[in-house]
Amino acid sequence: MFEWMAWTTPVVVFFTCIVLMLIAMTVWEIRSPTVMRKGLLPIATTRGDRLFIGLLTAAYINLLFVALGEKMMAWFGLEQEPSVWISFALSMLLLSIIMKKG
Amino acid sequence: MKPVNQKAWFLILPVVICVAFSAILPLMTVVNYSLQDIISPDRRVFVGTEWFKSVMRDDDLQGALIRQITFSLTVLIVQIPLGIALALSMPAKGWQASAVLVLVAISLLIPWNVVGTIWQIYGRTDIGLLGASLSAMGFDYSYTGNATDAWLTVLVMDVWHWTPLVALLCYAGLRAIPDAYYQAAQIDGASKLAVFRYIQLPKLRGVLMIAVLLRFMDSFMIYTEPFVLTGGGPGNATTFLSQYLTQKAVGQFDLGPAAAFSLIYFLIILLLCFILYNWMQRVGTSDKEVSNG
Repeated sequence: MFEWMAWTTPVVVFFTCIVLMLIAMTVWEIRSPTVMRKGLLPIATTRGDRLFIGLLTAAYINLLFVALGEKMMAWFGLEQEPSVWISFALSMLLLSIIMKKG
Repeated sequence: MKPVNQKAWFLILPVVICVAFSAILPLMTVVNYSLQDIISPDRRVFVGTEWFKSVMRDDDLQGALIRQITFSLTVLIVQIPLGIALALSMPAKGWQASAVLVLVAISLLIPWNVVGTIWQIYGRTDIGLLGASLSAMGFDYSYTGNATDAWLTVLVMDVWHWTPLVALLCYAGLRAIPDAYYQAAQIDGASKLAVFRYIQLPKLRGVLMIAVLLRFMDSFMIYTEPFVLTGGGPGNATTFLSQYLTQKAVGQFDLGPAAAFSLIYFLIILLLCFILYNWMQRVGTSDKEVSNG
């Protein structure tokens, strides 16, 4: 099914998550409309703003983690580069913090 | 709460479909390519984050990124004040106003590649007005040989091409200020500087926000003008991000690294625009609080 345009499974999973996220945010917004509020972040944000900021932060964390892979091998004396799942878990944790407290 | 009729959302469906094919699907393809090593259409290997690693550790990319940020910031620092100054000194009424408007707008009508060609000839030391004058004055000017000269020429070219846009935006903003403000300032005996600081500048906030965002994004994507003028040289002195990307994607046909790099480029622009937009919004609201309080 995904042979078309050479889609790979991880990309399909990734975009399915994005679409599900958008649908979930829409349903949530209809059920209980968001309120502008000021939390940990320096600006007042709505729920959607926080999701955007959280996702952007997550992307940057993953990129930095990948970029620093070699350096981290040297710092921590690792055999191979640390798994990207570590940065994924870290970024998802941060995303949930931003969504809740931001 | 009154129930809202949401059927109007269906009216934007055509736009959604257009954008899906023109922007969202291509972006998804880029994400897909960034994770694969495409050797030929039938032979491709999933490589995970390999391309992101190699792109992020590429010295050429870091050089291009630093050059690009320096260039875009310089463009903003030069063009925004210059544009405001131009708009302030343009005549407001009469045939002079129309004449000046047309004159100022001329450079905006010239296509990018023609701008590059104009400046390529303009800067030549044998036949170009700028190059010949500079060398007659004893400067050792050469935009093909000297990295600083090339960088400055690209900058001056961009200033020449796009400052009028800032000026026109500011001019429109200035004309929209009601006369009552100036009369009040006159009664208070406000100086020209005070009029500028407390009436004109705050009223220009909206157009300046557009000007800064437009100029920032445009200069961050600059491609044609330096490509025609210097071809990114001498060495790498004027190779900006988009040119580096084109070399990778079209020149060497390294689709994987080029896609990975496009995504990084996209994230940088997204972040910078988000910060700029929020910052200018905040400047605006704090101004309002002052004037209300």
